[in-house]
Amino acid sequence: MMSSHEYSLRTRRDFLTTSASGLGGLALAHMLAGEGASAARGITHFAPRAKRCIFIFMAGAPSQIDLFDHKPKLNELSGKTMNPAILEKMRFAFLQKESATLLGTRRKFKQHGQSGMWFSDLLPHLSTCADDLCMIKSLHTTQFNHHPGQLMMQCGEPHFGLPSMGSWVTYGLGSENNNLPGYVVLLAGRGSSGGATLYQSGYLPSTYAGVRLRNGDEPVLNLRSPEGISPEVQRRGLDALRELNGLAHAKVRDPEIESRIAAYELAFRMQTAAPELADLSGESEKTLEAYGVNRSDPSGGGRGKGGSRTWGTFARNCLLARRLAERGVRFVNLIHASWDQHSNLDKELGFNAGMSDQPVAALIADLKERGLLDDTLVVWGGEFGRTPLGENRRGRKPNTGRDHHPNAFTMFMAGGGVKGGLNYGETDDIGWEPARDPVHVNDFHATLLHLFGLDHLKLTYRHGGADKRLTSLTRESKVIHDWFT
Amino acid sequence: MKPLRKFLLLATLALSAPWHCLAAPVDFTRDVQPLLNKHCAECHGGVKQKGGLVLTNRTRALQGGESGDPLMVAGQPEESELYRRLIHQDPDEQMPPKVRLANEEISLLRDWIAGGAQWPEHWAYKSLGPVVPPPVKTMAWPLNEIDRFVLHRLEQQSIAPSPPAAPHILLRRLHLDLVGLPPTLDELRAFESAWQDDPDACLEATIDRLLASPHFGERWGRHWLDQARYADSDGYEKDNPRPNAWVWRDWVIKAINDDMPFDQFTTEQLAGDLFIKASPRQQLATAFHRQTLRNREGGTDQEEDRVKRVIDRVATTARTWLGLTLECAQCHNHPYDPITQRDFYQVYAFFNNTDEGGVKVPLAGGATHEADVMRHNGNRKTYLLRRGDFLQPDKKKGEIMAGGISFLHPLQPAEKPSTRMALARWLTSRDNPLMARVTANTIWLHLFGSGLSRTPVNFGSQGQAPTHPALLDWLAHEFMNGEWSRKELIRKIVSSRTYQQSSRHRPGLTALDPGNHLLHRQNRRRVEAEIIRDLHLSVAGLLAHRIGGPSVFPAIPPDVAGQSFANNFQWKISKGPDRYRRGMYTFFKRTAPAPNLVTFDCPDSNTSVTRRNTSNTPLMALTTLQNEVFHEAARSLARRIQADNTLQSDMERVDQLYRLTLARRPSAAERGIVIKLLSDNRIHYRTHPAAARKLCGEDNAELAAWTATVRIVTNLDEFVTCS
Repeated sequence: MMSSHEYSLRTRRDFLTTSASGLGGLALAHMLAGEGASAARGITHFAPRAKRCIFIFMAGAPSQIDLFDHKPKLNELSGKTMNPAILEKMRFAFLQKESATLLGTRRKFKQHGQSGMWFSDLLPHLSTCADDLCMIKSLHTTQFNHHPGQLMMQCGEPHFGLPSMGSWVTYGLGSENNNLPGYVVLLAGRGSSGGATLYQSGYLPSTYAGVRLRNGDEPVLNLRSPEGISPEVQRRGLDALRELNGLAHAKVRDPEIESRIAAYELAFRMQTAAPELADLSGESEKTLEAYGVNRSDPSGGGRGKGGSRTWGTFARNCLLARRLAERGVRFVNLIHASWDQHSNLDKELGFNAGMSDQPVAALIADLKERGLLDDTLVVWGGEFGRTPLGENRRGRKPNTGRDHHPNAFTMFMAGGGVKGGLNYGETDDIGWEPARDPVHVNDFHATLLHLFGLDHLKLTYRHGGADKRLTSLTRESKVIHDWFT
Repeated sequence: MKPLRKFLLLATLALSAPWHCLAAPVDFTRDVQPLLNKHCAECHGGVKQKGGLVLTNRTRALQGGESGDPLMVAGQPEESELYRRLIHQDPDEQMPPKVRLANEEISLLRDWIAGGAQWPEHWAYKSLGPVVPPPVKTMAWPLNEIDRFVLHRLEQQSIAPSPPAAPHILLRRLHLDLVGLPPTLDELRAFESAWQDDPDACLEATIDRLLASPHFGERWGRHWLDQARYADSDGYEKDNPRPNAWVWRDWVIKAINDDMPFDQFTTEQLAGDLFIKASPRQQLATAFHRQTLRNREGGTDQEEDRVKRVIDRVATTARTWLGLTLECAQCHNHPYDPITQRDFYQVYAFFNNTDEGGVKVPLAGGATHEADVMRHNGNRKTYLLRRGDFLQPDKKKGEIMAGGISFLHPLQPAEKPSTRMALARWLTSRDNPLMARVTANTIWLHLFGSGLSRTPVNFGSQGQAPTHPALLDWLAHEFMNGEWSRKELIRKIVSSRTYQQSSRHRPGLTALDPGNHLLHRQNRRRVEAEIIRDLHLSVAGLLAHRIGGPSVFPAIPPDVAGQSFANNFQWKISKGPDRYRRGMYTFFKRTAPAPNLVTFDCPDSNTSVTRRNTSNTPLMALTTLQNEVFHEAARSLARRIQADNTLQSDMERVDQLYRLTLARRPSAAERGIVIKLLSDNRIHYRTHPAAARKLCGEDNAELAAWTATVRIVTNLDEFVTCS
């Protein structure tokens, strides 16, 4: 009888099984030719700078104008109307163009760090990381509704059935951890507009789908054995299963059987590895406090209907992200959904910024302290931005919030081979659209893959007769080398 | 182009040297077209036509470019502009610019021209006619025509086909493929005794029985639902429930059980509302195109969303019935296939002239139910949309009238204005070779795991040519001539020796035919998500066999339902037998699909899917080992084995377990392993009574030991595999 270790070393298939994503092999036929053929796997095209990614996706679209993009001119013009010619070209979700006026921010802005990076007073912790951040203020997207916009950001195009960034990176590079999924998703608060469509694997095999790490005592779905099945009984059963499957394989010679044997062994290892991952009892009091894991939501709450522990859950997710990064998990997607401040902006954005500020700053500092930041890419942002105009939807109190804005928005990155203290791109005086160095969402995707040593034109998968990729096939996306260290 | 040269070019090509057989045979479809698509089509395809040159089809290619130099002179590479440009020393003249093709690629194109520059009509667009099965040497092998096509290819490679699968494997294969349920013990016994009498008659009767089973419509209906992107909710952020969706799902099951001819099946779904005195059921059929997503997110432009749905209907229709990626022609002419942007909007016009409506449908038992259907609306004008943007109609190019795809057979409107009925007639016309080819290929795919063409939704030039083109044509022609009977086509395929071959891998052939393109054996296939659940519930004796009705809500973790955005919907867990319905009846919420389905590659229902992925992950292992439903099934199965008084010994019980789950007896080695496991588990639970109670809910170490044992057998690879 072979040990599970020997099994996992035996075949090329098993090599894929364990190294492709830590989540089982894809059918060998897929790799050889034709439908499902891939241009490159496990091979980098450039020297990689980043080994893993923590993508903090703030779905709903955070207001860059009240957090990062400091526009004194907008404050001066607050209450004034805009040039109708500009407005005419523009589409909004709710805003009434005829009566819309500019809305300045009520936040106080200050410069931080050596680069003089601007932050509003809602981000006191994050601003201390200024010199580690690469702040991009000139992003733009093609979508202005949430679900299409979220698909655009996560999957490269505003369509369904596509793999997300995390799927692509895991597909391209596999995972460094044999006992955990290669692509892990953590949610806080209510669900996002996109739900599970934001981290499914699309036309890639489900091996590359994001696996939700759940809160509570069962971090991965079905991880716990039924009551009455002790680890000993489980192990004995799996030994018999392996033997029986092995007999079938000796007769039938289908490599898929070996793949299944390996999948069951991995499942067994996950039963230990995942609870160990989620167990924070080994973390110091100082760490827990730095992240704010035990914080309760401030009274009054925000939009989050997903329970009153949003702040604590999000902080815990940030800490888990570090633990996942330490364990070599390739792609971690933190999703929080409630940044859609059409009204009541001051209170609700304050709630969300407070949720994110301390744990994200702690995550960056923690990664840095542990020497992980150099090759861990942290990304923070939403699907689009919010308009410099005040929202004036009929039947609501005007100018307490902002409508969706695809023309210009802000994201930041840290670590993983991007320059710290970099202010990239600039919007015009009122933050309406990029005035310098515009970055299309697909350019961001191409650049992100490049950081992992992957050429967005070469990391392809044949589907429906075309070599599909993360970036749009009909647009020339560019890698932004200025961001690299 | 100078007329004389053009004439010469055509003349040389027309005479294209069939006698010229010296060069290695280069196959245009296999060797040349991929090179043209990869290296040339970007500038000389549907999107851009630099220098006036188009390489997406033979006719346009032969017209050459503006320079007038002949692109290809058959037999004379040096005289051919195509070849001269490939090897040109001047980088400004060389093609493709900057990047020189690899030497092998250049010599391949050279050989192709030297060999006569054969550019046959694309395999998928050729008209369909009768096909004579080729001769074979081993006359005794073929059971029907299919086998002659397959054996002919195998004999060319000197490969012997595989022996027939063992009878129990055949029985289980037929069951899984035709009804998606395992044979019951009674069915197994009846089969075994009939096999003793006459194997041929036994198989024939089994096939008849399964094709007549009401579960056939469930099994094959689910395949169709994948293509129709069926779900029980709207999708997008709001993802409202669609309480009427199941009424159409039941229409599909019934139509397939009734073996509604595929042309009628098509016409009713595309245009059932347009029959004179259309019955409610004919109107109901049009809900095929009500399966599109609907965005009700606040601030969504409803006209934009309507246009998106129309585009989806065009794309899904073209994929499903024509195997064409028509959606690529939304913004510009198709980059690789001879489809124009105007073609896209001609088909678009049919669906643009359609609204969404409702109808009351009579159900069995006299009740009626609301259903969502399509309705004609002749008031909308269609224009080309610049870059596919609904805000940019290109009115200068004039109104686009509904029509077909111009390079295919002509669409003759039966009435004016042209409606979806004309579209349906055009698709189902005997002049259309694509519908028959595409559908036959898809049916083959479900019975072999791969189509004869491995790109079931792309029969264009970027798709893969079939491994057995003549066989595909024969099947397509049979299908068309056999009054479009799905059941007869399936009967023909499963009655072939090819289908009935063993699926054992043959180590000697892994180098020669690694992907089993030659069909030297049957393929082992993991069954689909829904079927995995059905199998577990079925052998446990838990499965509720009721067909159709409203979708049901088996238990899912509360936080799964919570991952979608809107709190507009409660996942109220079904009670009683509805907890144990077949997987296909599980309510499908697009933004929070049931994990027990999605983990096993069930499509997300947001786009049309013809071929599912089959990945193999630890999450699947965790599900079938530990998930509540599967565990409950294991307990029931254990009880079933243990409570059977006719079984006298562990050996008999283990044999029974194998017959129930795998339709066979275990080998001596297998029996030994299972009995050893059982004894170890017995010792464990006798010494751990509390664990036994937790496991099976009663103080019954014996039942606990069996539960812990059967769950291993139902996790065998063989259990979830169509062998």
